[in-house]
Amino acid sequence: MIVDTICIVLVSLGLLFFVGGAVGVIRFPDFYTRMHAAGKGDTMSVFLVLVGLAVYQLGDFSLGNALVAGKILFITVFIMWASPTSTHALIRAGLEEGQKVWTRDDKKEESEK
Amino acid sequence: MDSFFIFAGIAIFALMLPILYRIMVGPTAIDRIVAVNVIGTKTTVLLVIIGMVFQRVEMFVDFALTYALLNFIGSLAAARFFDRVNPNKEFTESEIKEQEL
Amino acid sequence: MYRLSIFLLLFGIWIIFSGLFDAFHTTLGLISAAFVTLISSEFFFADRSAGVGARIQQIIRLPIYLLWMLYQILLSNIHILKLALSPGDLEEVEPSLIRVKTNLKTDFGKWMLANSITLTPGTITIDIEGDELLIHSISKATSAGVEDDSMERKIAAIFERENS
Repeated sequence: MIVDTICIVLVSLGLLFFVGGAVGVIRFPDFYTRMHAAGKGDTMSVFLVLVGLAVYQLGDFSLGNALVAGKILFITVFIMWASPTSTHALIRAGLEEGQKVWTRDDKKEESEK
Repeated sequence: MDSFFIFAGIAIFALMLPILYRIMVGPTAIDRIVAVNVIGTKTTVLLVIIGMVFQRVEMFVDFALTYALLNFIGSLAAARFFDRVNPNKEFTESEIKEQEL
Repeated sequence: MYRLSIFLLLFGIWIIFSGLFDAFHTTLGLISAAFVTLISSEFFFADRSAGVGARIQQIIRLPIYLLWMLYQILLSNIHILKLALSPGDLEEVEPSLIRVKTNLKTDFGKWMLANSITLTPGTITIDIEGDELLIHSISKATSAGVEDDSMERKIAAIFERENS
């Protein structure tokens, strides 16, 4: 019962952070700021959801379940480690492509037009 | 507990839909690649949750792991491709310096 | 010694992933771990001067840093959530590019610093050129935080203690 509650709390918090990432990807004005939402909005939410699922998996303890929980934790560690790396690679590709950095002034010019 | 997992899966799927908007509209190609990357991360989590719903986590967790690896390698490959092949490439500061040297 | 530790690491990962302990699968694991060690062990650590003992010391010091990092990731996600859900036309968003010098020597230390900057609130590392990092910051408040070098000192304490 306690395990279920912990799992529900963690997964729900993770979903909340997923919402933040998704809304950020839609709303932010330029490529770089969208990368902020895409790269960071995912790490904590993935961590919370998968740790919640691993805790649930450990609820009825056996060797097989422990192995599965270990694999889930491995996925978590892998994503948290790969996400900044791929963010870095993509944002560098964007810079080399010549993406413009959005500033407040661009916004004003747009509204004056 | 099953109904909660189904709810969580549907919620994650619903969160993919707004990002599909970014894939369809997203002004440049690299915006679309970023959006695909975000959806891939969500899919990894969704696969584990599907495993929970079907009571077959030990199988689905391997799929999720493979998908995470493929997603990471895919985004790296896309980034490399952009470095090499983009025709509209403007020279950045560091490259200009190198050319002067 | 170096190859043996890589082999044991790979074989441990095989054991965790297969979950089967009968003779056939264990033999397969031994063969594939040995094969991968043979063809690719050179790539794991470019700098092997530190030795196994020093590496183990680094691994022992790592968790405290990782816990602090996890707290930073939580803060950065709350920051993104706040920014994304703030009403109006995102008044706080004011992006800028900053250059920061680092004193870290090793490639691994620089990689760690770049990843840590990416995961702390409001900043992303774009490029590493020699000992300069090009950083994109999302708002004025977070640009100020980059100048602070507490993170760099934490990493130096873990990976480059003998130098400092």
